[in-house]
Amino acid sequence: MSGVRLLVGTRKGAFVLTSEGTRDGWNVEGPLFAGWEIYHLNASPADPDRVYASQSTGWHGQVMQRSDDGGKTWEPVGNEFTYDGVPGTHQWYDGTQHPWEFARVWHLEPSLTDPDTVFAGVEDAALFRSVDGGQTWQELSGLRDHPTGAQWQPGAGGLCLHTILIHPDDPQRMFVAISAAGAFRTDDGGETWRPINRGLRSGELPDEDREVGHCVHRIAMNPSRPDVLFMQKHWDVMRSDDAGESWHEVSGNLPSDFGFPIAVHPHEPDTVYVVPIKSDSEHVPPDGKLRVYRSRTGGNEWEALTDGLPQEHCYVNVLRDAMSVDDLDPGGVYFGTTGGQVYASPDGGDSWTAIVHDLPAVLSVEAQTLP
Amino acid sequence: MIRVILPQHLRTLARVDGEVSLEVQELPTQRTVLDALEASYPVLRGTIRDHGTAKRRDFIRFFACGQDITLDPVDDPLPNEVAAGAEPFRVVAAMAGG
Repeated sequence: MSGVRLLVGTRKGAFVLTSEGTRDGWNVEGPLFAGWEIYHLNASPADPDRVYASQSTGWHGQVMQRSDDGGKTWEPVGNEFTYDGVPGTHQWYDGTQHPWEFARVWHLEPSLTDPDTVFAGVEDAALFRSVDGGQTWQELSGLRDHPTGAQWQPGAGGLCLHTILIHPDDPQRMFVAISAAGAFRTDDGGETWRPINRGLRSGELPDEDREVGHCVHRIAMNPSRPDVLFMQKHWDVMRSDDAGESWHEVSGNLPSDFGFPIAVHPHEPDTVYVVPIKSDSEHVPPDGKLRVYRSRTGGNEWEALTDGLPQEHCYVNVLRDAMSVDDLDPGGVYFGTTGGQVYASPDGGDSWTAIVHDLPAVLSVEAQTLP
Repeated sequence: MIRVILPQHLRTLARVDGEVSLEVQELPTQRTVLDALEASYPVLRGTIRDHGTAKRRDFIRFFACGQDITLDPVDDPLPNEVAAGAEPFRVVAAMAGG
């Protein structure tokens, strides 16, 4: 019988939540790596037992972990992330130039076909790849070497590469997003990259058509329609119908178009989920009500999903990597909060249940559909 | 034999209980002891000193014989008591974070 495994990264360790396909009862394992920040865990689509985890602390830096049995046991793998060549500088908060310095791995994206190949998005923004199951890492420096690299500036959370999307039909095409540089695309397997930010409007930037400098929070796609991308930007929910060549706003009737995560339904490519947050100054739900908003029209028309979610006195946030969908039918949607709750909806968002209430602040949630 | 006491997170990572004992062939210094530690426990590479530069991470301190020797030159000999195994070389995670 099929099932779901949720890989949950938190400020103080990782948790693995598993359920049968009915998704009405959950087993909770953890904390794994107790006391460490687990920015992200992700499993190989080619081998569901192969899971990678990014583990770090301010004291001891970056550690990488790999499991070959679905998260039951783990082995440390390589943690050396060295920028290719002379790293140079990027723009600092005050506008001066600042040396590129590795801080941590934000996001892991395993290859769609090879369990030993995995991509890592890191802070300060760069893309690394391992082809030996995480033992060694090499930078795909064509991204950071883009002529705009010296103009990239960190967002409040750092200069992080947080989103990696692999085109399901063309492995040479990938999308990444960096706060606060913007979105980029490669069509040659990561050798060269170009910004794909046309149509983004960031009120803080005097030049509306600036090529980089946009604070993209997250990009999502449905694999059946990979050239249609949805983006949650700092402000604005955006859509591209041409693989990022151009973007248009689809915020529509959202109560706020600020937020972090965005996800697309596994079987309905025009069904999109966001979690509106009050503002850039107050990272809490509007009116103290935790509401997921769903559009079934590819944006612009949004409905509030509230059944099972707290509708008063709720002041948590949902971070950019903390929402995910499974592949079951009906499709499941999951998200975790900075208050330590992980919510599950086995019916596409119509109703929600808290699987756990009191984990450490949730940094990431990945839903893995098990055979 | 050099005795090394690691902070909790590194004991967990290295899968050791209590102290670590190391054979250090050269004159025991911060550098040679940490080199020997990382050779015996490769998983600790990058967690005390940065890869490549071997620069001490900001929130790591070193103590010996009740003294903070963090800022001593890395090639200075460690105290005789540490070299003789009477006292441990302590790797300490500084009080920071939440």
